Amino acid sequence: MTSSVIRVDDLSASYQKNKVLNDVSFEVKEGTITAIVGPNGAGKSTLIKTMLGLHPKLTGNVRFWGSPFKTAKKKIGYVPQRGSVDWDFPTDALDVVTMGLYGKIGWFRLPSKKDKEKAMNALKKMGMEAYAHRQISQLSGGQQQRVFLARALAQDAELYFMDEPLAGVDASTEKAIMTILKELKSNGKTVLVVHHDLQTVPEYFDHVLFLNKTVYAHGQTEEVFTTDNIARTYGGDMQWVGKGDQYVIQSSSH
Amino acid sequence: MTYTMWIILTASLVGLSCGLIGVYLILKKQAMMADAISHTVLLGIVLAYMVTQQLSGTAMLVGGIFAGILTAFLVQSLNNLKVQHDASLGIVFTTLFAIGVILISTSVGNVHLDVQHALMGEITFVPFTTMDIPLIGSVPKATAILALVLIVVIFFIIAFYKEWKITSFDPALAASIGIPVIFFHYLFMTLVSVTTVASFDAVGAILVVAMLITPAAAAYLWTDKLILMLFLSGGFGIISAVAGYWVATWLNTSISGSMALMTGCIFFITFLLSPKHGLISRWVRPAEVREEA
Repeated sequence: MTSSVIRVDDLSASYQKNKVLNDVSFEVKEGTITAIVGPNGAGKSTLIKTMLGLHPKLTGNVRFWGSPFKTAKKKIGYVPQRGSVDWDFPTDALDVVTMGLYGKIGWFRLPSKKDKEKAMNALKKMGMEAYAHRQISQLSGGQQQRVFLARALAQDAELYFMDEPLAGVDASTEKAIMTILKELKSNGKTVLVVHHDLQTVPEYFDHVLFLNKTVYAHGQTEEVFTTDNIARTYGGDMQWVGKGDQYVIQSSSH
Repeated sequence: MTYTMWIILTASLVGLSCGLIGVYLILKKQAMMADAISHTVLLGIVLAYMVTQQLSGTAMLVGGIFAGILTAFLVQSLNNLKVQHDASLGIVFTTLFAIGVILISTSVGNVHLDVQHALMGEITFVPFTTMDIPLIGSVPKATAILALVLIVVIFFIIAFYKEWKITSFDPALAASIGIPVIFFHYLFMTLVSVTTVASFDAVGAILVVAMLITPAAAAYLWTDKLILMLFLSGGFGIISAVAGYWVATWLNTSISGSMALMTGCIFFITFLLSPKHGLISRWVRPAEVREEA
């Protein structure tokens, strides 16, 4: 059975006086992996943040399993952009993963041995157990991203939001992350990923949402991932080259 | 206890509480917030005096908390109105401090509350104003208040250890899993304010900044573990306080100035010797290839 996990109605938000989201409406079904694609400044990150209440919305409504975020948040995992935190913070990889569990541990309590084990298992899944006690600044970019993914896995959520998890990572990390995403999907979890690389969309994602301040197209990848939709979303100054199911997007201004 | 011992104890309490709070100022990258609050608490103290007509410790603490939260709130509000964060800080704290200075000289001129004292502190006078505490006996007022503030600071650091960690490292994740990030921001600003007010008598507004920032910044260079950073920073604070007192007696100069100088010395030694970031280890070891985020 597939039911609606997310329902967004007429969502609008502004960022520094510019309206970056305008009447965004869409629905996401359970057990799908959706890529959110669009040009720079299209409001992809803002969309995720607004849905999670991290950014104020102007109008509209967001429901998770029919409830507001507040009552659903225990079932939602969030992977922020890697660059959003200070990797010189005095802590190690295992500790960062354990942070994913803080919401469930409760007030006035420290993580238990069981919590640490859970975190360790998540690190193992990402192939990072050897780095558990490594200071986080001594990890490579790809390893840092794996730690972030492990933290989300430890949260054991039903619905995941990931902000550019594949940006600037090495090939083996990209492979590891995609294996995990497929595993999440086969376990019936729902994943939304802000994605920048159009070439890999058909291979990695079963749904795609074209966003440029508002939704240009949304649906199953094989139906909506067309050159026409890409061109409309990315605007006139983009040239695209289609080769079979490969798309290369170039900005003519670069 | 002798006169000297009271002064050293008071100074150590300042060093310890500022050192602990300072760790989170450094990690949250809000070191300059300490500078702002250390100035604006003056306004809070003056207002507290104008309301209660006396210089009691409690009124000063309440006034300081008010001023600290007002500062944090105004800085945030200006920032939301697209004024750059550092600019908002500069605007808010100079304005509030100026109001405090004007009120001191116009409304409360006849009290023992002057700008010189507020900025530099005068720890040598601390042992003269005492209060009686049951079971312990006669204790300098400033020392008693500092001890109380230290207990409060340690209590909150322990009680919300994991909340401070996650809101400092990744506020977005913290908010997404339901930790009240804004509440903790203002709670933290309250702790900075009470620590500052309590340290006021001893080291004054300007030098409290040195005690808040420098030991923690040095500790940051020594360790990769938050808990160790807290111990080191607190320890550096105490060492600076004690060493500063001895240097001041030896050279017959300002005690608070010497303490601040000692924090600087500790930082300088750290800068040379620290295992990871120190100059010497950089010469000895070849530069590591590290991917920048």
